[in-house]
Amino acid sequence: MTEIDLLPLRAELKKQFQDKLPNARIDYCLTCGLCASGCAASGIEGMDPRKFIRYLVLGQDDLLKNSNWIYSCSICQRCEYACPMGINVGRFVYELKGMRPKDKRPVNLQKSCELQKDPGNSTGIPNEDFVWVVGEILEEIHENEPEWADMQAPMDKVGAQFYLNQNAKEPTVEPEEMAFIWKIFHAVGIDWTYSSKWWDGANYCLFSGDPEDWEYTVRKQAETVDALGCPTYINTE
Amino acid sequence: MLYATLEGLKRFNIPHNFNVVSIITYYAQWIREGRLKVDSSWNTEGLKFTVQDPCKLVRQGFGDPVADDLRFVIKQVCGEENFIDVWPNKSNNYCCGGGGGALQAGFTDNRRQHGKMKFEQLHATGADVVITPCHNCHTQVKDLAEHYGGKWQTTHLWNWIVKALVR
Repeated sequence: MTEIDLLPLRAELKKQFQDKLPNARIDYCLTCGLCASGCAASGIEGMDPRKFIRYLVLGQDDLLKNSNWIYSCSICQRCEYACPMGINVGRFVYELKGMRPKDKRPVNLQKSCELQKDPGNSTGIPNEDFVWVVGEILEEIHENEPEWADMQAPMDKVGAQFYLNQNAKEPTVEPEEMAFIWKIFHAVGIDWTYSSKWWDGANYCLFSGDPEDWEYTVRKQAETVDALGCPTYINTE
Repeated sequence: MLYATLEGLKRFNIPHNFNVVSIITYYAQWIREGRLKVDSSWNTEGLKFTVQDPCKLVRQGFGDPVADDLRFVIKQVCGEENFIDVWPNKSNNYCCGGGGGALQAGFTDNRRQHGKMKFEQLHATGADVVITPCHNCHTQVKDLAEHYGGKWQTTHLWNWIVKALVR
């Protein structure tokens, strides 16, 4: 059984969350456990969403700040979905992730976000490589699959109806996977384009917990799509 | 994932002149309109399909309508009788445990423990193919199959649309 230190009932973290998030609703918790019973991360690192709220109420701030459960909780919001009082534990987890100093965060998670900022995609490949690999795959298809000889993979096409966001995984490790969507678009007759910069919005800054980093990358991509004048933003998945 | 953009635009009040729409919604629309022609007759062996509803896309993004469109597209592509749904599903689905940065964070044992519930849920369908329209789900579901001994192949949706494509 976990021993709870009842002396520091300051619950500063709880106050912080309540001040910052108008719908924090921490005191509404009925302790019913619907959250924990449907959370696949329950029990990991001795934590679950119901315990998480109890620890908040009981002022166990250091325990929460130091728990690595925040890297198992995927902020999937099923607990909020099940909660009769609509308490969003995931939002508190996001805040806690952001409170951890950058050099104390899981290295690869933080790195995915840093790469998203510069050069601008989550695996960190140069923009020129993305443009090159798209061209290479298209050329291979033109050579080997005559039925797709007139298919295109447009780059920076101003005024295209659809902007297609590309997850960086494909151009980095399995580029041939990109062409399936090109084929679907070609068969349907869709007017679409990639962008040669800010082409990946996978954006792990959301998961490292930094609103500044997350906002910066989304803003850059929004500017890019608006500069192309595409009315619809779609993603490969 | 689409959610980072969708939610980021809202949360930070970022001005923009475009709509963010799931590609799955368009696949379904194009099939209904007859612009995207698919035929499930390739599936002569009766390969069984199931699906992973990505939390960010469904519960946190566009809700049950996108999950319904996802099922519509899969059934058109593999044959209605070859689709076996998971339970619980759609907005009430369990997380696979790969998202939220878990795949990057490095706590591998924890991540696989988190995914146990998902493995059992998918395993119970007996499906040969699990469609995962999310990169995090894709990597995690594939790893869960390898780790816990699942027999299914983990794939994106786009491969099967092209397989069923009629031009």
